[in-house]
Amino acid sequence: MNKKGVFEDIIMKKSIFKKTIEIVIFVVFLFFLFTPLFSTIIWSVALVWYWPHTLPQKVGFDYWLQALGITKSLTLGAVNVVPAFLLSLGIAMIVVIITMAIAIPAGYALAKLKIPALLKGMILILFLLPRAFPQQPVFVNLMLMFNKIGLTGTVSGVILVHLVVGLVFAVWITASTFSSIPPELEEAARSVGASRLKAFLKVTLPLSAPGLVASAVFVFLTSMDEFTGTFFVGLPFVTTLPMTLYSASGSNIQFASVTAILLLIPSIIFMIVIQKFLKAEHLGGMGG
Amino acid sequence: MAILKVDNLSKNFGKVKAVQEVSFEATEGRVLSLLGPSGCGKTTTLRCIAGFENPDRGEIYLDDRKITPTPPEKRGIGMVFQNYALWPHMTVYGNLAFGLQIRKVPKDEITKKIKKILGMVQLEGYENRYPRQMSGGQQQRIAMARALVFEPEIMLLDEPLSNLDAKLREEMRFEFTELQKKLGITAVYVTHDQAEALVISDKIVILDQGKIVQSGTPKEIYSNPKNKFVAGFIAVTSFIDGKIDSFTEGKKKVMVKTDEGLVIHSFNHSFDIGQKVSVAMRMSVIKFIQDQNKSDKSTANIFKGKIIQSSYLGNTIDYKIRMGKWEIRTNAEAKYDFKLGEEVTFHLPPEDIIVTRES
Repeated sequence: MNKKGVFEDIIMKKSIFKKTIEIVIFVVFLFFLFTPLFSTIIWSVALVWYWPHTLPQKVGFDYWLQALGITKSLTLGAVNVVPAFLLSLGIAMIVVIITMAIAIPAGYALAKLKIPALLKGMILILFLLPRAFPQQPVFVNLMLMFNKIGLTGTVSGVILVHLVVGLVFAVWITASTFSSIPPELEEAARSVGASRLKAFLKVTLPLSAPGLVASAVFVFLTSMDEFTGTFFVGLPFVTTLPMTLYSASGSNIQFASVTAILLLIPSIIFMIVIQKFLKAEHLGGMGG
Repeated sequence: MAILKVDNLSKNFGKVKAVQEVSFEATEGRVLSLLGPSGCGKTTTLRCIAGFENPDRGEIYLDDRKITPTPPEKRGIGMVFQNYALWPHMTVYGNLAFGLQIRKVPKDEITKKIKKILGMVQLEGYENRYPRQMSGGQQQRIAMARALVFEPEIMLLDEPLSNLDAKLREEMRFEFTELQKKLGITAVYVTHDQAEALVISDKIVILDQGKIVQSGTPKEIYSNPKNKFVAGFIAVTSFIDGKIDSFTEGKKKVMVKTDEGLVIHSFNHSFDIGQKVSVAMRMSVIKFIQDQNKSDKSTANIFKGKIIQSSYLGNTIDYKIRMGKWEIRTNAEAKYDFKLGEEVTFHLPPEDIIVTRES
């Protein structure tokens, strides 16, 4: 065997070794990612499943039909979750709209206007503050405050709580998105005759769309999943999907699984949306 | 086309005095360069003209119209940015059309104007490209086209060529000059590159620490730098400090004497006896004398020194020569092949060296 052959052999061995490691990591990853999901999916259709059986003895969509309100059995211990799902969806959408309406101007101001560094830091910390403490005490206090003004147990109260949670992420993400856009792009627009507003709408806004969409999706998902705040402020009158999931999770695994999967659906749809926009960001990369 | 007048402009950033009492006038249809090292205030001055910074004091006039508090979009000034600042989400057409659309120019006229300006910057048929699909030089031309397509009164350029490689930069200098002459537009050009400023300018304003040090035509500044700073900026590489010792030939010539007693002859630029000056030398002014007997009889400005550094550049060699406490850099033909530490004799022709004020 000549020298070159030996080298190629080593490189080949190395690449096989590398590939093996890559595959192992990938499989472990998939395992961690999908095993709970598979287990949830199987549980959602398991009617009878006792130890030591690997798979359920009896499979059926009874819990699904019950949860989606198609059947109305009194024996299954599962209720119609469609109203809760729609409520969660509605709250999430309103939260996204209000949050973005606040976060876009706030983020823009923090990123682009000449605000003293100290003030800027204080504003950002102010937005972070609700997350800087343990959540339960914060929300318990919020509940007490809301009690006084009659906001507990109302949808508006729950929306306000979700806003507190969502604004943190939204302001930070939009501020960093806006500051990643070179100021000359807006200046160039103004030098050719665009007003400040027009320069923002035609240059900065389209260029920051990926970051803004990402932040909106994040807020949406946070609101869909929000538990602690809703628990203290919303219950027992406002029952969002996570509340339903919580009350089912102790006693009724099948019903809890159905609820969990329903909660996952919007997340998955939005992840696909994010993916698409993140690619757009790639395309819109700054030339130079 | 217009005359730009900057009158007594000052701008501070906190405690930093970025621009101090700067006044100049850019003549109609000519190129004025603001030249200086980074941090000298040239970009701040330009940004004040564009309207992106508000000056603390002073006024700016376009023709006789005061533009100082006007927002940038209402000034009608085209600007070319250092990093081009093309909008990455728009095609070349979109980039060029934006300013025209704002001015409500009809669509077919926009298309016509874009076609014409693309022809001028030699990028016909590039309408549908995105900036990222073009080279740096092409992006630069589009940036210039964008600043010109809406027919502004004057054009500002902020180090427009500094991101290009050396060869392209030289080509683009000529292209810019050609385009500017063809359109006859008044231009203010910011650069830290003296060679660039000399090639493209009709007038150069040299700034240092926010103040104007000297202004004049490229020729005036090159041949008669006002002080050591300007000389150092305009390609002077070596200095010998001394005092004016005496005049000869009826004040036409001066003799400069250094502390160690070296005497250097040169031409007078209205100095006084005893005034502190600096003798400035560009690369390759030194004439080596290999055979002492061959040289002319005069011994004026003939010195001895020691080679302390040499860099071989192919057809030439760069030497650093130590002469007393002074170091002189020179560029010699490759036939002068000296060794390190070798003692050399050389002549400083009085007409090629410049005597300048120390500060």
